[in-house]
Amino acid sequence: MKYLGLVAAGAALMIATAAPASAQQSTLDAVKAKDFVQCGVNTGLPGFSAPDSQGVWRGIDVDVCRAVAAAVLGDANKVRFTPLTAQQRFTALQSGEIDILSRNTTWTLSRDASLGIDFVGVNFYDGQGFMVPKKLGVKSAKELNGASVCVQPGTTTELNLTDYFRANNMEFTPVVIELLAEVTGAYFAGRCDVYTTDVSGLASTRMAQAPNPDDHVILPEVISKEPLGPSVRQGDDRWADIVRWSLYAMLEAEELGLTSKNIDEHLNSQNPSIQRFVGATGDFGKMLGVDNKWAYNIVKQVGNYAESYERNIAPLGIERGINKLWRDGGLMYPMPIR
Amino acid sequence: MSDTQSHYTSPTFAGPKAGQPGRSFADIPPVKWARANLFNSWLNTALTLLLIYFIVKYAIDLVSWGLINAVWEVPGNDTRACRDIRGIGACWALINEKFRFIMFATYPYEEHWRPALVIVIFLALYVVSAMRRFWNRKLIAIWLLGLVAIGVLMWGGVFGLRYVGQERWGGLPITLILSTFGIAIAFPLSILLALGRRSDMPAIRVMCVTYIELIRGVPLVSLLFMASVMFPLFLPEGVTVDKLLRAQVAIIMFAAAYLAEVVRGGLQAIPKGQYEAADALGLSYWQKTVFIILPQALRLVIPPLVNTFIGLFKDTSLVLIIGIFDLLNAAKTSVNEPAWRGFGVEAYIFVAIFYFVFCFGMSKYSQDLEVELSRHRKR
Repeated sequence: MKYLGLVAAGAALMIATAAPASAQQSTLDAVKAKDFVQCGVNTGLPGFSAPDSQGVWRGIDVDVCRAVAAAVLGDANKVRFTPLTAQQRFTALQSGEIDILSRNTTWTLSRDASLGIDFVGVNFYDGQGFMVPKKLGVKSAKELNGASVCVQPGTTTELNLTDYFRANNMEFTPVVIELLAEVTGAYFAGRCDVYTTDVSGLASTRMAQAPNPDDHVILPEVISKEPLGPSVRQGDDRWADIVRWSLYAMLEAEELGLTSKNIDEHLNSQNPSIQRFVGATGDFGKMLGVDNKWAYNIVKQVGNYAESYERNIAPLGIERGINKLWRDGGLMYPMPIR
Repeated sequence: MSDTQSHYTSPTFAGPKAGQPGRSFADIPPVKWARANLFNSWLNTALTLLLIYFIVKYAIDLVSWGLINAVWEVPGNDTRACRDIRGIGACWALINEKFRFIMFATYPYEEHWRPALVIVIFLALYVVSAMRRFWNRKLIAIWLLGLVAIGVLMWGGVFGLRYVGQERWGGLPITLILSTFGIAIAFPLSILLALGRRSDMPAIRVMCVTYIELIRGVPLVSLLFMASVMFPLFLPEGVTVDKLLRAQVAIIMFAAAYLAEVVRGGLQAIPKGQYEAADALGLSYWQKTVFIILPQALRLVIPPLVNTFIGLFKDTSLVLIIGIFDLLNAAKTSVNEPAWRGFGVEAYIFVAIFYFVFCFGMSKYSQDLEVELSRHRKR
């Protein structure tokens, strides 16, 4: 029996250290009280969230968490990361184990409406695409009639593929392979003409595994919508606002040309938009319930969206594409900070 | 066959010549043994030669892959040198680069000496526990001291050490923590369960049987999922139990059910006379159990016990499905980075060495223990 006592004591200790966020308390107050943001991330998806050789978490999803910590606590390092598998992620958010879920999660109606969570924005627009060897000379997915296509089974990827070919009155031979490493291996070994998965996956596969990356092209057609973004628990609007505007602040900074390197020079800028952004005029931070220098802290410590993208996603060989700012022809449109 | 046999025994061919000083080639013991066992018929000779061929061939392949053609270092994250010799040579540069990540995962880099020290303390505790002269009250004190030291080192927050939350722990310390506590807590629990299952009190018996059958009837993976996905939903909102602790409890519960059946096997193997003799001496139930029955029963089941321990040690790697960075998961994650993708074999070989050393150590120690504890029978 004394062993059970030991377990109970250990449990009590760990519960105590887990700093519970009480139900009455808002997430913002709880985060301020415990002095860190608990953030759910992927267990290892390079570019989005993965520990590097030093065990430091890096990626654009990770940067969202750091931005929120910078906004709320003034220190981008006050984040604790909870690596989550796909099955665990929503439970972890629902049960209050984490404050933010930033784990390359697709924003869909069913998730938003039925899981008790709220998506607050999109930090990466992904979508299903096709990769073919350059020597085939294919320029468009519409020319793929009769092709054999390598695809993983049981995913929406497979369904999207079927839908696309049917909608365009084309035939294809599926080469269905379960494991990621094997399906990419089969493609590079020439067992199929086309490999299909999300564009970000295609690009990083090409970068990492192709004997010569230049021998393969990713076709311009994107046949599905995979908007990936952070989410929070439903029912805490203030917290949702903070996470949403932290994300917008990174995009707004890029739009204003503010980077982690030059923002200090712009502290006394005459541009009213920049004045509002760095907190020189207006009480925008106060309205959110955080410090007025919240956006300055984000850019100074984490950087703007372009910097985050260059640091994390660009090395995978993924071009900005639809993730460019709206004025550059992309989909990233931060709401005005005013 | 008889032909070869006659050759072997024929003195003209290889046998010793009477009175001749020195010994012929065929008399050297290994040669004699080889001829008697490996080359005693044409079939055996063919098989031996074939096996030698394969062993030598693969040994050469392995050495040239693992040592001669291997790449030990690459500049930065530039793995082109590794990719060029893919399939011909191993890329040990991966281990060079990711060694500390595989060992300690996401533990703060500049504090890595702390988990390293924890590994040393664990090893010291194992060694001390293995020595029979410490098998007394002193051992409990040593363990308590060791566990406090491990706790202080891992968590920190006192003596000027920086606080490190459990969510950052990883690598080998996690594997050791999960398996050590798994075994140390599940084992006593399993004895209680086994005794309970053989109890005369129906309520206790039913409880124990239900527990054992229920837990044994589901895979460890599902228990871990329950602990990580379902359990938090039953708690009041805001109360969370750490992920690592939940996994630890799931492992303990699982191991206890399996060990209980092993222990029960031992209990049933004790002759009824022992129970009756103890009763006749007027010993209470607990005296009888602790002094008469258990020492004999547990000695009998050392092989299956260690079997279960070894299984448990390796089962801890299943925590990767709930996102805990144990040794295996850290190795798996280390080859996730695009530059290092495709060098999984090297990473897995590296961690396999650790698993092998620990499991082989347990197995070897249990064999010695068995011999030592059954010495009285050999007299």
